[in-house]
Amino acid sequence: MFDQSNLIYRYDGSFDGLLCCVFESYDQKEIPVDIVLPVSPETMLFSMKEIRTDSPKANRVLASIPKKMGIDALDFVRRAFLTCLPKKELYILLFLRLGYQHGPSVMNMLTDDVVDKLVKAVKHLDKESHLLKGFLRFSIFSNVLVGEIEPKNYVLPLMSQHFSERYPEERFLIYDKTHGMALVYQPYQSAVIPIEDLELPEPDETEQSYRELWRLFYDTIEVEGRHNPKCRMSQMPKRYWKYMTEFGSSQKTFPLKLENTTKLLIP
Amino acid sequence: MDVFEKLKILTDAAKYDVACTSSGVNKKTAPGGIGSAAAAGICHSFAGDGRCISLLKVLMTNVCAYDCKYCVNRKSNDTPRASFTPRELAELTINFYRRNYIEGLFLSSGVLKNPDYTTEQMIEALRILREEYRFSGYIHAKAIPGTDSTLISHLGMLADRMSVNIELPSQSSLQTLAPDKSKHSILAPMGYIKNRIQENSTDIIKYRHAPKFVPAGQSTQMIIGATPDTDFQILNLTEGLYKKYKLKRVFFSAYMPVAENTLLPTIDTKPPLWREHRLYQADWLLRFYGFAANELLDQNHQSFNPYVDPKCNWALNHMEFFPMNVNRAPYSDLLRVPGIGVNSAMRIVKARRTATLNFDGLKKLGVVLKRAQYFITCGGKALEGLKITQDAVLRSLMSEKTYLENFPHQPKSEQLSLFEQPPTIQSSLTQEDILKCLTSPT
Repeated sequence: MFDQSNLIYRYDGSFDGLLCCVFESYDQKEIPVDIVLPVSPETMLFSMKEIRTDSPKANRVLASIPKKMGIDALDFVRRAFLTCLPKKELYILLFLRLGYQHGPSVMNMLTDDVVDKLVKAVKHLDKESHLLKGFLRFSIFSNVLVGEIEPKNYVLPLMSQHFSERYPEERFLIYDKTHGMALVYQPYQSAVIPIEDLELPEPDETEQSYRELWRLFYDTIEVEGRHNPKCRMSQMPKRYWKYMTEFGSSQKTFPLKLENTTKLLIP
Repeated sequence: MDVFEKLKILTDAAKYDVACTSSGVNKKTAPGGIGSAAAAGICHSFAGDGRCISLLKVLMTNVCAYDCKYCVNRKSNDTPRASFTPRELAELTINFYRRNYIEGLFLSSGVLKNPDYTTEQMIEALRILREEYRFSGYIHAKAIPGTDSTLISHLGMLADRMSVNIELPSQSSLQTLAPDKSKHSILAPMGYIKNRIQENSTDIIKYRHAPKFVPAGQSTQMIIGATPDTDFQILNLTEGLYKKYKLKRVFFSAYMPVAENTLLPTIDTKPPLWREHRLYQADWLLRFYGFAANELLDQNHQSFNPYVDPKCNWALNHMEFFPMNVNRAPYSDLLRVPGIGVNSAMRIVKARRTATLNFDGLKKLGVVLKRAQYFITCGGKALEGLKITQDAVLRSLMSEKTYLENFPHQPKSEQLSLFEQPPTIQSSLTQEDILKCLTSPT
């Protein structure tokens, strides 16, 4: 094992870029103290090292992961990259170093600090994407389903398959406000693309009446004698309520414009 | 009557049915259709009572020819009545589904005219969904006791899950409170559904594309607390239903007084929610932890311990089983430790392949040391500094809420004595000690 150097790696924020950091770390026999994005401010203490994204290098690292530590580890690392864990890049690099050293058993090293951190972050990601599969609400404008979410983790790639299978014949758009990205789908293709602030029209009469029917159902289904707001809150934290129709959130501030929406659906 | 009014009446009438999961089947969309199903189930919302909403849970109609005394829809109750047409119901389902409000439909019904007629209406609604909309989402349909088996069969080919509610856990309770139903009228369709599922599974082996009969299995519900039936009787019945009728789930519903009747608990009776909770905990132990009903309760102990959960209770009565070495014990033994669940037990088995586990590591794996500490060792060593006093054990094994409700005068934290040697787990903690401290709150 090498000592941690006084270096900070700066990469372009892509998964390939991170793989190149791993390459560099082995090539130069050094372990950075952090791996940061181009927007991060310089520090006085450590020197910054620019890591250029280079496809052949990234591919060599990518191919080595399943070979050295199994396909599960690769899937795990891909997921870890989508989490909101602070310093996730550094933890992923340290995890991969562990993997090259110990092989597939790295996935069982659950009491190791690095593995533990990543396992918990990935669990949080999986949980959030699972919850949002249910909590997401679509509104229908000109036969396009449009929904907005504000997740902590970058969940869109994990939601794509679920909704594509659920509505194979529909056109839909899921806007992730936190990350400024959208999942767009039309039969039978989907893509995750960056999206700017846009505006959405008022709901029409049909849309409005289904929202109201749903609220009516939601209010009626509770058994009053068992009212339990604490239980509800722990199952469905309040930060999700904002976009849920049953709480009467007016979706007027919805930042999407329909003309652009339809254009955005892949040609 | 418009669809708003119908939805209100028929939701209100359906809400006492607790089954609402959308789990048990993985399905892709039919060609040109809409909808899929995830085996893990998806909750789309949680109601004000904290329960998951995953299906549009409504009745086809709340008109009923029966007069079950506990039921809000009984013939003699003066309540507004409504019926959906099959098409109204199908459209409502699809429109909710497209907006991602629900995973599918839970359809039950009062008995309109007779069981056969009612079931035909339900079949028509499901047919529109499956054939016209080509809907592959989840459908849970209720089999109405007394329905002809051909119709049950037809309904089962359209649904993912079916259920027949037992409602009351004994024949005598049924006779008193649900005179139009009998043990036979409930168990007959349940047995029929079980047999059809079995036949169907052999069909699927023979013909790969054989249509599936209730692929997500069948479930049932029992009302708790409307009758004098004990936890022991209910749990034994539950175990029997899993074994004999191969049920996927048994649901319990604390009785909510909705009717004034001399045969029932008075209208101001609080629903026995803690009893319902204990039964669900025990049900989990039966399904995932390898416990048998007679390990948890017996002839002499017919009710659950109100202070500690069924697993803690079992552990306290079987101290000879402990302490257990977590680095050695097989998975099935780990599952018996209070504070270790299915997930943490699996993680223990995985993690100890690469490293010897200590208490710090166990915490990372999700073990609740607060409870588990009294029952485990790591390589022969108990948790360092583990202090066994009545108060500490009590606080650890009971929930904070139960503890404060039952022992409000205990000091918030115990005083440390410099001269008292903390006793070790083997020497001081006996089964009697702990049982004593759980039963005598002094």
